[in-house]
Amino acid sequence: MARVLSHRAGASSPAARLAAIAVATVLVAACAAPGAVSPSPAASVAAPTAAPSASAAASVAPSPSAAAGPNCGTAPVELNAYFETGFDLPFKLSEEFTKQFPNVTWKISQDQFTNLMTATPRLLSGDNPPDLIRLPSMVSLVKDGLLKNLDDYATAYGWDKWPAAQLAQNRVGTDGTRGSGSLYAMGLNYSLTGVFYNKALAAQIGMTEPPKSVAEFEDLLAKAKTAKLLPIMAWNATASGGGLAFPLQNLMAAYGPTQPINDWIFQKSGATIDTPANLTAAQHLEQWVKAGYFPKDANATEYTDANARFGKGEGVFMFNGDWQNAVYDKDLQGNVGFFVFPAAEAGGSVAAMSAPLTYGIANTAKNADCAASFFNWVATNETARQIDVTVGGSNPGGPTDLAVPPAAAGSVTNETLAAGASVAKDNGAMDFIANATGSIFAQGWTPELQKLVGGKQDAAGLLKAVQAEYAKELAR
Amino acid sequence: MTHAADGARPSRGAPPATDSAARRRLDRRISWTLGIRRQTLVGWLFVLPALVMYGVFVLQPLALTVQYSLYRWDGVGPATWVGLSNYVTVLSEPKLVETLFNAFRLVLFYSVIPVTLGLVTASVIHRVASGRLGTVSRTVLFLPQVIPLVAAGIIWGRLLSLTGLINQGLTAIGLGDVARAWLGDFDTALPAVGLIGVWVLLGFCTVLLLTGMARIDRALFESARLDGAGWRQEFMAITAPSLRYELGICFTVTVIAALAAFDIVYVTTGGGPGNATAVPGIQIYILAFLERQVGLASALAVVLIVLVLIVILPIQRLSRGGER
Repeated sequence: MARVLSHRAGASSPAARLAAIAVATVLVAACAAPGAVSPSPAASVAAPTAAPSASAAASVAPSPSAAAGPNCGTAPVELNAYFETGFDLPFKLSEEFTKQFPNVTWKISQDQFTNLMTATPRLLSGDNPPDLIRLPSMVSLVKDGLLKNLDDYATAYGWDKWPAAQLAQNRVGTDGTRGSGSLYAMGLNYSLTGVFYNKALAAQIGMTEPPKSVAEFEDLLAKAKTAKLLPIMAWNATASGGGLAFPLQNLMAAYGPTQPINDWIFQKSGATIDTPANLTAAQHLEQWVKAGYFPKDANATEYTDANARFGKGEGVFMFNGDWQNAVYDKDLQGNVGFFVFPAAEAGGSVAAMSAPLTYGIANTAKNADCAASFFNWVATNETARQIDVTVGGSNPGGPTDLAVPPAAAGSVTNETLAAGASVAKDNGAMDFIANATGSIFAQGWTPELQKLVGGKQDAAGLLKAVQAEYAKELAR
Repeated sequence: MTHAADGARPSRGAPPATDSAARRRLDRRISWTLGIRRQTLVGWLFVLPALVMYGVFVLQPLALTVQYSLYRWDGVGPATWVGLSNYVTVLSEPKLVETLFNAFRLVLFYSVIPVTLGLVTASVIHRVASGRLGTVSRTVLFLPQVIPLVAAGIIWGRLLSLTGLINQGLTAIGLGDVARAWLGDFDTALPAVGLIGVWVLLGFCTVLLLTGMARIDRALFESARLDGAGWRQEFMAITAPSLRYELGICFTVTVIAALAAFDIVYVTTGGGPGNATAVPGIQIYILAFLERQVGLASALAVVLIVLVLIVILPIQRLSRGGER
């Protein structure tokens, strides 16, 4: 017995000591290494930061351009692209591009939007930077010098002569605010949000034409409730983000001007979301919640579930965007309509969230010229614009002298395109309040809107809490 | 003495008989240490591959996390040294502190309930259901361990939805008023997530404890029964004390699962509604990847590691205490 014990002790104690030393060595090595290895905090101070302002300005040198601007040349080019899973549009556009320019082939990777949000910085700073990538947000990417400055391309192709509002959301200033400054991304098309409605159910509650004021809309909601129909289908589960932000922002734009809302989203200094007009808007939303106009399991309902239920005939109205057109056309064939959320008073100007389907080019991309020419082609080529409307369901944007291609007869896309024109006339385009910072949706809007639905938060508290989160995030 | 030394001197021939006694002793000592050294070296060569993997994939990330927690860094751009201020934020910001409290609430569901129920279940199976019935019940209970947690989360998300099977069942037996979206209700979301944890971890605890019970000498039970002990007395006097070590493992594994919970919560509620089920794992993810506050996220991770250790070490000590 004693022998066994002593043997054990003899064998294990030097081993334990050595193990401790090994552990310590690894720890020390780990602590020391970051200074030399690049993706560590200490090291990156030197490397990537020097890049943004200086190199972005200097390195973009589109080949001395003819009137048409840079192009893909005639030698074989393989464009390295990252698209968003679940949306056909970029895939269809890339096929057509290759058809027209056979020397261009594609190496397409795809991922979910939420994964792209987390992976983009890594992809852009990696060894094989994408020539084209779907961008979830851009300010921090610009700050880190990861995105190509597109100003010279804009001049070469004449994008600067398009309506300024089209490109505003993709501009980032030197102070890190969005909305003005240099161009860092382009939209493949420009989506529009508003209110979809089930035509049969709307007829049942006596709606013969879209409401002209918020009061008329609220009257319809009350009628639907009385008729034992679900007035508004909505999602509000964490996985999809608080969908009640859609009606809330529509109400904000009905009761106040859009400029302060955009300023807040673009992080202009001193901007606040906690304004008297927005409080009125939030109070209306709170009344809708209390009146039972939303599904009672809204906080557990995800985006796809809500759409599936609306497609099966549950809910008279649904706040959503035109990217959903093709699905609604299929689910509710000929039975789905669309209108822009009305102004507070009949005859007032209308507004809507309208955002570009944003794509950018990595600062170190190999085929930047070709990628930029793809942007220009999407906005100006007739076939590409038709694909934008048919497959994407959205306005292709581009120069004002090009007509918007027609949508298929009977498609709700006809209504969203017409509605887009009325928003443009009233200059009512807004970005989405969920895009103000990288995590204002996850940390601010979604939890607070869920509390509103659960009766744990009121309109005033909602705006105060979100503003506090916004200020905290910007201060970090 | 001589015997032991000879044994530890494998390759050397006997020393020349003419050597002095002192010289002989010295020689023996050297050869003895050489033997040990060679033995140790060979041992380390065997351990080396595992140690390198451990160092590169466990220790180095751990050290980096500690390092990052002292910086303000967005993951790509320049990092600024901020000392301990990230830790101050973690421990002072109500939203972040709340996640730590939620983690401890989960311990009740992930740890206390599965271990208690597992102990009862195992002793019932051990006493009454040997043979085929025992095997079947063991398999059924263990099955959740085989299903990936994400898949389990999706399935339970469906079951617990407003139109899900659980509410259908409640309505069928006249409890339609209780039916609700369990994962979307402020009062029930955390218990609902906890229930999924019970389902996952009960089988693990049961099987582990059952194995421990099989190890207990049958004679102990027989003599207890001869003395007229019932199930309860048997359980309190023999089963529970003999399972000290297994119980220690059960508590350790389940407490870690509770405090470091991520997958089930992320898939079913994502931390909502509001912040009702927000746990540190979710906040670390949001802070690091959405807010791109790698330093703050790392600080929260380090605090979580420390908390886990504070809870685990006493459990380990208690469960090993009586062994020797």
